[in-house]
Amino acid sequence: MAPIRGQAVLAKRCAAALTIDMYVYLPIAEVSVHAVLLLGLGGLVGVLSGMFGVGGGFLMTPLLFFIGIPPAVAVATEANQIVASSFSGVLAHLRRKTVDFRMGTVLLVGGLVGAALGVVLFNYLKSQGQVDLLVRLCYVVFLGVVGGLMFFESLRAIRRSRAAGGTPPPRRRQRTLVHTLPFKMRFRTSGLYISVIPPLVVGVAVGVLAAIMGVGGGFIMVPAMIYLLGMPTKVVVGTSLFQIIFVTAFTTLLHATTNYTVDMVLAVLLLIGGVIGAQVGTRIGVKMKAEQLRILLALMVLVVCGKLALDLLLQPAELYSIGAVGAH
Amino acid sequence: MRVLVAILLCLVALPLRAEEVVLGLSQNRISITANFDGSEILIFGAVKRETPLQDEPLEVIVTIAGPSQPLTVRRKDRRAGIWVNNAAMEIDSAPSFYAVATSAPLHEALTETEDLRHRVTIPRAIRAVGAPLEIGNAAAFTEALIRIRTKSGLYQTLEGAVELREQTLFSTGISLPANLTEGDYATRIFLTRDGEVISQYGTIITVNKVGLERFLYNLSREQPLIYGLLSLAIAILAGWGASAAFTMLRQS
Repeated sequence: MAPIRGQAVLAKRCAAALTIDMYVYLPIAEVSVHAVLLLGLGGLVGVLSGMFGVGGGFLMTPLLFFIGIPPAVAVATEANQIVASSFSGVLAHLRRKTVDFRMGTVLLVGGLVGAALGVVLFNYLKSQGQVDLLVRLCYVVFLGVVGGLMFFESLRAIRRSRAAGGTPPPRRRQRTLVHTLPFKMRFRTSGLYISVIPPLVVGVAVGVLAAIMGVGGGFIMVPAMIYLLGMPTKVVVGTSLFQIIFVTAFTTLLHATTNYTVDMVLAVLLLIGGVIGAQVGTRIGVKMKAEQLRILLALMVLVVCGKLALDLLLQPAELYSIGAVGAH
Repeated sequence: MRVLVAILLCLVALPLRAEEVVLGLSQNRISITANFDGSEILIFGAVKRETPLQDEPLEVIVTIAGPSQPLTVRRKDRRAGIWVNNAAMEIDSAPSFYAVATSAPLHEALTETEDLRHRVTIPRAIRAVGAPLEIGNAAAFTEALIRIRTKSGLYQTLEGAVELREQTLFSTGISLPANLTEGDYATRIFLTRDGEVISQYGTIITVNKVGLERFLYNLSREQPLIYGLLSLAIAILAGWGASAAFTMLRQS
């Protein structure tokens, strides 16, 4: 039971570290945060991402808001962290040859355009003082939709698995809009012959979201690839991760050069926690039932969504906020 | 962290004034290191006098002001059911940090006129002239600024926090929060009698990021591309490291 002893030692060390003053001053965010809190957050989201196979950016960024990291810094730094987690993930998929480079490249072209558009939009709204609102609105809408869909889908799956033994394979539609558009291209790894327009559009949409929300967009990209493009599930995750690396890397660079909001110290602390957490999470995930995992994840997503929605709907305790002078 | 080595800054007193401040600071330079979590400055000193002690009690006021910058204060309003930033007011200049410590209640230690002249209290230290016309209640915005910054410890009014002995020796401690900005912190000591300033003394406390903090901050502003690429390199390396470590763990 070597890993369990290892974890116990790790837990003991964490407890010891908690008792010491371990505040870290983040040079870009200009706030001082407890290092163990950041490692813990990274670890927690890492565990979840290992368990559920999601990037975790959509949980991490709101959590960073809650602990007082300025939203602009949280979004830019989270993009940097996702580069690490998706690079780690794509290496595993490369070994299994489940990355469709051609599809990934098409999505990437769209993604880069989208990311550039997203950063321009982000900067414009920042000058208007509305960036906070946009980021929060995006979160409420997307977390609500994804959480809700996942919740009902896993409920159905649980009922189905109770009724019959195995789950039936998902039904594939034969001819949709995807097959009638021009500029067709052959994607060998995915076994598809479709127009390049839908992947480009999906790419742009995810790119915009990545820049604004500081997420990889995997939780939107993956369903889009399965249901809109009709890609086989086994190549979806690897291909999505492949293009996310480049889109988030590009987003990180844009934020670093235009807004100076990437905090390297914050990113490193989150990374360390995330990397360790993902290992633990993967081991927990193996022992649990898939539907139960998905329902737990859906509930968690809905809780975060509800909290953010309440913040927008209820009258805030402090109506005023201080910002730097807008127009630069 | 807290170096309490006294640095006697000024022993030279001008002979013309009847009462002069001789000041000591626990530190005149604060370094923001990677594990910076706030700091306390001990300000102490003595009143040097060449005339006999007067009947009116002497009061001491100490102020520390961080670097000033222009700000925008925004107010949220309800629009289509959700709370969004709506009205905004620009404040021409507000200190990033401001503490005022006194030896007696402010209204006793300082008259309104002297406050205006020397900009001692927090509302006086903030300058907001050009409030746009469409905002009816400009004062609410400056009040909000003071309220928010007081809550986070950036603005402090410490009445009675200066200890004064025999009208000669004074000392006070002012705690600086962890979220300090860099720059020169102007420190002023006022001696007042009957609310009138009879002598004042000023010095500078420098707050600087040092070491890694300094390096990263400078790099991010001066070489943003290199900074961004470096961040990416760390991320890629960490991602690769995690993958490699995981593979090794599984094989062993």
